[in-house]
Amino acid sequence: MKQKDIAALLDEPACSHNQKAKSGCAKPKPGATAGGCAFDGAQIALLPIADVAHIVHGSIACAGSSWDNRGTRSSGSRLFRVGMTTDLTEQDVIMGRGEKRLFHSIKQAVETYQPAAVFVYNTCVPALVGDDIEAVCKAAAERWNTPVVPVDAAGFYGTKNLGNRIAGESMVKYVCGTREPDQLPESTMREGIKVHDVAMIGEYNIAGELWHVLPLLDELGLRVLCTLSGDARFREVQTMHRSEVNMMVCSKAMINVARKLQEAFETPWFEGSFYGVGDVSRALRDFAKAIDDPDLIQRTEALITREEAKINEKLAPWREKLRGKRVLLYTGGVKSWSVIAALQDLGMDVVATGTKKSTEEDKARIRALMGEDAMMLEDGNPRKLIDMVREKNVDVLIAGGRNMYTALKARIPFLDINQERDFGYAGYEGMVELARQLTLTIDSPVWSAVRQPAPWQVSKQASIAA
Amino acid sequence: MPSIIKRNKALSVSPLKSSQTIGAALAFLGFRQAIPMLHGSQGCSAFGKVFFVRHFREPIPLQTTAMDQVTTIMGSENSVVEGLKTIAQKNSPALIGVPSTGLSETQGSDVDMAVREFRQKYPEFNAIPVVAVSTPDYNGCLETGFAKAVDAMIKVLVPEAHAANTQPGTQEKQVNVLVNPSLTPGDLEELTEMIEAFDLHPVVIPNLSDSLDGHLDEKDFSPLTTGGTEVSSLLTVGNATATLVIGASLNTAADSLFKQTGVSDYRFNHLMGLEAIDHFIHTLHQISGKAVPQKLERQRAQLQDAMLDGHFMLGMARIAIAADADLLVALSQMLAGVGAETVVAVAPVNAPVLQDMPVDAVKIGDLEDLEQMATVAGAEVLITNSHGVESAERLGIPLLRAGFPQYDVLGGYQKTWIGYRGTRQTLFDVANILLTLEKGEIAPYHSVYAQKPEYGGVDASTQTPATRVQPH
Repeated sequence: MKQKDIAALLDEPACSHNQKAKSGCAKPKPGATAGGCAFDGAQIALLPIADVAHIVHGSIACAGSSWDNRGTRSSGSRLFRVGMTTDLTEQDVIMGRGEKRLFHSIKQAVETYQPAAVFVYNTCVPALVGDDIEAVCKAAAERWNTPVVPVDAAGFYGTKNLGNRIAGESMVKYVCGTREPDQLPESTMREGIKVHDVAMIGEYNIAGELWHVLPLLDELGLRVLCTLSGDARFREVQTMHRSEVNMMVCSKAMINVARKLQEAFETPWFEGSFYGVGDVSRALRDFAKAIDDPDLIQRTEALITREEAKINEKLAPWREKLRGKRVLLYTGGVKSWSVIAALQDLGMDVVATGTKKSTEEDKARIRALMGEDAMMLEDGNPRKLIDMVREKNVDVLIAGGRNMYTALKARIPFLDINQERDFGYAGYEGMVELARQLTLTIDSPVWSAVRQPAPWQVSKQASIAA
Repeated sequence: MPSIIKRNKALSVSPLKSSQTIGAALAFLGFRQAIPMLHGSQGCSAFGKVFFVRHFREPIPLQTTAMDQVTTIMGSENSVVEGLKTIAQKNSPALIGVPSTGLSETQGSDVDMAVREFRQKYPEFNAIPVVAVSTPDYNGCLETGFAKAVDAMIKVLVPEAHAANTQPGTQEKQVNVLVNPSLTPGDLEELTEMIEAFDLHPVVIPNLSDSLDGHLDEKDFSPLTTGGTEVSSLLTVGNATATLVIGASLNTAADSLFKQTGVSDYRFNHLMGLEAIDHFIHTLHQISGKAVPQKLERQRAQLQDAMLDGHFMLGMARIAIAADADLLVALSQMLAGVGAETVVAVAPVNAPVLQDMPVDAVKIGDLEDLEQMATVAGAEVLITNSHGVESAERLGIPLLRAGFPQYDVLGGYQKTWIGYRGTRQTLFDVANILLTLEKGEIAPYHSVYAQKPEYGGVDASTQTPATRVQPH
């Protein structure tokens, strides 16, 4: 990938982040950098497409340390969980045999697994050597009559965020618009209900949480043509261009996809979240509003009234338990505000939130939720997080899995909010799970057990005092 | 001697291999107050970190030189210098390890030069040892990277005998112990206990049982490792009575240590199974001149008993194993010791020690190879890392987790495999798994003449009562 292509991806006009000096994300500092690379970001964005053979073109570290470690779920094909890599050897690198190995690898994947498509992820070593993966993919696609999509996201191109965008770009460039949606089957037709086609961008079906939301959309007659990329199939991504409205779920990372689909197909899009009762309802309303079908709007309101009543009843005992508990939220981007709403909904007090990856717009939303003097943490190194927890009398820290054991070592109750987690929090039903998980850690008897000194140390202290 | 079947396909599917780079990082994590900084793009470290966090369920200190487009093209030595400075300034570590990656090696980055430059530019950090090691991921695997890092540390941190004025045997109770990454923190505890039972004092290099054994410290946070081998202890390893080397992958490192110190070494491929442990214990007895403690005699007798109890299940059991070479050899030999057969053996890369495998052939490959071969060979139990879950499911056979990574279980990192006790427990585990297979069960036969209603032929409700024939 050329420097100017990367610059173009970093320059995202639809992103309010763009105006600031921080645009395109700051240069990483050697010896003081956390977070994944562009390849990591590309995999996060696309790996959930379940019936695709995801081939990592590179030496072993890229796939070897990371294959099959995501929390995303598929309702059918499990092909995405099979790790595939060209596992380049020194000979391949020195003799320039990478392209040839890739070509044969695609053949092998197609012949063994008959995938709906093959995605080829470029990584650092072949990118540096200069393998032309685009050309290889093109030749392989023609030869084996299977779509082969290059995702040129070598780690050194930049951060995870850039990788998300590269991944999205590949979908828009090579996949979206290559197939028309299926005819609606007779059996799905309901008297008086017009079915509308929609799509979601940046929903990864972590722990299957999309399945809390999908039944509601089905009921409303909203056909989700595709989620990019939770529980998606290749043929679904191909039809995304026919969506009447796109919802950008909890991730600015693929904002370029929403923007480009709008430019090319005039698809309107809105940003929303499925975390928290209020946000789920708002997302459903936004769909109806954007589609502008009076009947749909009316049915949506009815559904919201019914579901909110149902879930509020279920949440009542949990709200009792969680009311007034103090939370420190340290997570990226959109989650910095979308999760706040969910927590406040449970009656919890969010004392501070991380804003390292948040845009100006995210921050405005945070202020709207937490008040003008909302405490925002720009830099969340573990030491600072722990100090903040102590200072603010925090009951639970909510952050990514990477910070989990740091929190536990400091004897701080913790909830994992990132993509490796095992529990789904989206949708109305997801709120119950969120409440359960929060209560489970906050009220656990282990905290007093690990904070108390051993009895002999107590008696020692007592005898010293005496 | 087994034949080695080389990789013969383009695509590696369900990889067994983990990179040399993170293997090297792991070795550095076995030192106290240490931190590895991978010289590569930031993803190299991020992935490695998640890999170990999920395996050990511990915070993992791991940094990166964060190579980007500019440094990748224009030269990245300066990133190494700046990275070292940043870490030295912020955390004052006792050791910084700098494993290279495929990216920095392909670029041709001169890390040694960068380290020299760091010394010149920032002499205020001269007291902080820096060990660079070449570990591109297009060669080797986790085990070889670990071994290379141990070797590099010995070369940099262990002074030559004449320079440091050390002499073998001066500290008659001290033994140096080089250990490979197949030994879990639980194994290292067992190993230490065995050695201490002979009143010897082991210096374990590297000592993951002190850093990544999953213990709760009083201190709430550390950016560095909170335990492990003391870096300063390397200065006096030359005074030890002997060096024990566990794992053939460490042969080069052992040669280096011998060359630096002149301390004679005793090398063991592994410490699993009666024969291997007997050899080890006998060596400890000879080195220390002390009688084998009663406790160990008892453990040995317990293992023997377990072997007897277990051989009914384990005998002729068909096991498929995929692991790095040292672990593969250990497991196969231990199982062979009780009559179990390793019917499929897969290693990610070739190693000389594979010639000791009690099998006809070793496949250099991945878990897809393992799966295909296990189907053909009719394997009954699979032994490999957590990635084997899906393979085992597809094969319809049970899995015993061993090696890296083990992310879907608690305490995998702490399981003890070695010594009399560890072997006994492992044999129990495998035997219990085999018991769940209900081998030898004979399928019930349904006679066509049978009068058993549950066979479905007879309708019990409509049968007519017969005239009872009166006995005479």
